[in-house]
Amino acid sequence: MQVDKNWTPTIVAFCCNWCSYAGADLSGNNRLSYPANVKIIRIPCSCRLNPMFILRAFQRGADGVILCGCHPGDCHYTTGNYYARRRMTLLFSMLDYLGIEKERTRVEWVSAAEGAKFAATMNEFVEAVTALGENKRLEDFRCKQ
Amino acid sequence: MQRIGVFVCWCGSNIAATVDVEAVADALSKEPGVVFATNYQYMCSKSGQDMIREKIKELGLTGVVICSCSPRMHEATFRKTCESAGLNPYMVEIANIREQVSWVHKDKAVGTEKAIILGRAAIAKVQLNTPLIAGQTPVTKRALVIGGGIAGIQTALDIADAGFPVDIVEKNPTIGGKMAQLDKTFPTLDCAACILTPKMVDAGQNENIRILSYSEIEDVKGYIGNFDVKIRRKARYVDEEKCTGCGTCMEKCPMKKVPNEFNMGLDNRTAIYIPFAQAVPKVATIDANYCLKLNTGKCGICSKVCLADAVDYEQKDEILEEKYGAIVVATGFNPISLEKFDEFAYSQSPDVVSSLEFERLMNAAGPTGGTLLRPSDKTHPHTIVFVQCVGSRCDASAEKGKEYCSKICCMYTAKHAMLTREKYPDTEVYVFYIDVRTPGKGFDEFYRRAVEQYNVHYIKGMVGKVVPEGGKLKVQASDLLDNRQIHIDADMVVLAAAIEPDKSARPLATKLTASMDTNDFFTEAHPKLRPVESPTAGIFLSGTCQGPKDIPETVAQAGAAASKVISLLVKDNLVGNPCVAKPDELMCNGCSSCEKVCPYGAITYEDKPFRGPNRTTLIRRVAVVNPAVCQGCGACTVACPSGAMDLLGFSNRQIMAEVDAICK
Repeated sequence: MQVDKNWTPTIVAFCCNWCSYAGADLSGNNRLSYPANVKIIRIPCSCRLNPMFILRAFQRGADGVILCGCHPGDCHYTTGNYYARRRMTLLFSMLDYLGIEKERTRVEWVSAAEGAKFAATMNEFVEAVTALGENKRLEDFRCKQ
Repeated sequence: MQRIGVFVCWCGSNIAATVDVEAVADALSKEPGVVFATNYQYMCSKSGQDMIREKIKELGLTGVVICSCSPRMHEATFRKTCESAGLNPYMVEIANIREQVSWVHKDKAVGTEKAIILGRAAIAKVQLNTPLIAGQTPVTKRALVIGGGIAGIQTALDIADAGFPVDIVEKNPTIGGKMAQLDKTFPTLDCAACILTPKMVDAGQNENIRILSYSEIEDVKGYIGNFDVKIRRKARYVDEEKCTGCGTCMEKCPMKKVPNEFNMGLDNRTAIYIPFAQAVPKVATIDANYCLKLNTGKCGICSKVCLADAVDYEQKDEILEEKYGAIVVATGFNPISLEKFDEFAYSQSPDVVSSLEFERLMNAAGPTGGTLLRPSDKTHPHTIVFVQCVGSRCDASAEKGKEYCSKICCMYTAKHAMLTREKYPDTEVYVFYIDVRTPGKGFDEFYRRAVEQYNVHYIKGMVGKVVPEGGKLKVQASDLLDNRQIHIDADMVVLAAAIEPDKSARPLATKLTASMDTNDFFTEAHPKLRPVESPTAGIFLSGTCQGPKDIPETVAQAGAAASKVISLLVKDNLVGNPCVAKPDELMCNGCSSCEKVCPYGAITYEDKPFRGPNRTTLIRRVAVVNPAVCQGCGACTVACPSGAMDLLGFSNRQIMAEVDAICK
């Protein structure tokens, strides 16, 4: 597949308020850079992430979606990330079935102390999605202006 | 349509150096609904905040977007600013263009573009924001303390001192806990009873404290400020009001062969008993497992000899229902069972004792009246071997023992060794240790005194085996420093058993919806910054239920827990977090999916009337969220199959709008 050299993917990162959003802040504090295509949406807990949001992102032209939450056992709401983990497992296998490459979605546990991990994860993820090229499978072209 | 004002902050040069703030403000001013956009050096400064207030009033803004640092930094600041200008604080959204843009993207063009997109997402979200008002719930000005050891007593005394009524629920017939069983306390060697019993009496006499001894927690419902607790008052077959604690019944009771748990089973007590002389409340209790009258129907002597007519064989368990604003857990610890440590011959020889048993053998009120005698033949031991870390600091893969350090064993072993040498200078005392840990005020000096002044033989190494043989205990051990095997013929072996949380802690944690770690210690809300609060609001932790602690630390934590309780109880109302789940009753079909995932039990169901076809009324079961209990995680919103549940402040539509804005 031919990839436009100037093309960069659109990445939506859902970060839980307590760990991962703080981890993203920390990578900012430490000036650890990651690609600007990553746009973060703050949610209270990883369990707030409705699979619909991910489908919506792909429909609107996102090329990759990543969910970051507290490490298992560390959830601010005790069990939220366990629900998120199960739901995403189901959703990702369905997306795989639909032909969305597995590399376009990811769940990563990032604590408030792991600024470096956040930046490294984003760098890796953007690289992986860039290698895949544009997401056309679920994109709804009626949404394009 | 909202009237939105956009305020782009420079943060000095923190943002302005790598983001073209003017271009951001300019681009965002063209977004739908934006009536005003500007940039300023420091939005969080007084003049910046004044500008926001001024513009809200001047332009009648209904929503505000601030492009600045992380919301974790200044969201609260800007919410307050807007509130003071008459705008609902939840109509403010922050676009994080410092931590997420200017600090991580060096290229100005790239940064500016991303800042604009994040600004757009915030604007798209604020379009859908609704004013939220934090609910207020009244606070029941009473506290419950579960556990009547030194932790519970101290917490109760401190809360009662501030003028709030406190109930102590203790499962045993008396308060006092483990400290009441101790002989002396390290490192000052003052007698435990001398410092504990006055506190027990204080607690018993304090008019704000009610002691519910011989009682257990049956059920806990409710939430911070408003707990409904059911307490089971176990039948003690003695009327607490009438019993004077004279002890005549104990003298006359024919059932004298009940293992005395207060003396660790080293002697016997009667079936009707007062655990120890200084018990509070000093009221007799009949042990239903052993009482002849209750088991065979024949006897009844205690009832006949009781001058106060307090014995009542017909007494039944009673359930008390009480309301509390705060609950303190102070369930304490127990030494682990030593049955699995057969290499030390604990179950083979009565002369191998645990440290708590040794404590009773040394205690003037103990089974031997304070004379140190071997339990087997009541002779004086001449060689005593202390083994440290029995069950502490074990390998995670080992099937017995605990991974953690029990913290108090090094010090109490030094104390035992020292006291033994002081009372019986002809006794040889050996202590086998892995490490001697003495981090505490006066602790290391204390340990060194044991070694230098009292000539206790400290040997680095573990005991491999203890074999009872010919009235002696053959101890095989290794000396790691000299790298040699040691054989000692001991008269007594004392095992410093690891401590573990009381068995009642886990079922209690389930009732309280409080979280625990893998060792069954209660977890604190934050290991450093909120050490005495449970993550579950309104539940506080005191003493060893949270982790191994010595007495000074326990008392300090008890005081800290009390101060947290007091600062909760002085409030008349609690202001909640308004970002809570909210079901759409018309869409809800009462399936219970949301209730199952809620970690707080905030969701209940109600039958509500709805308008049906042809002017009929339909009764339907719908979910109801208690906003005082809901913490706003949003688990239920995803679990709901009909999409009826939504989260205020992070609604489905708001997050979708952000997704759309980012992916455009």
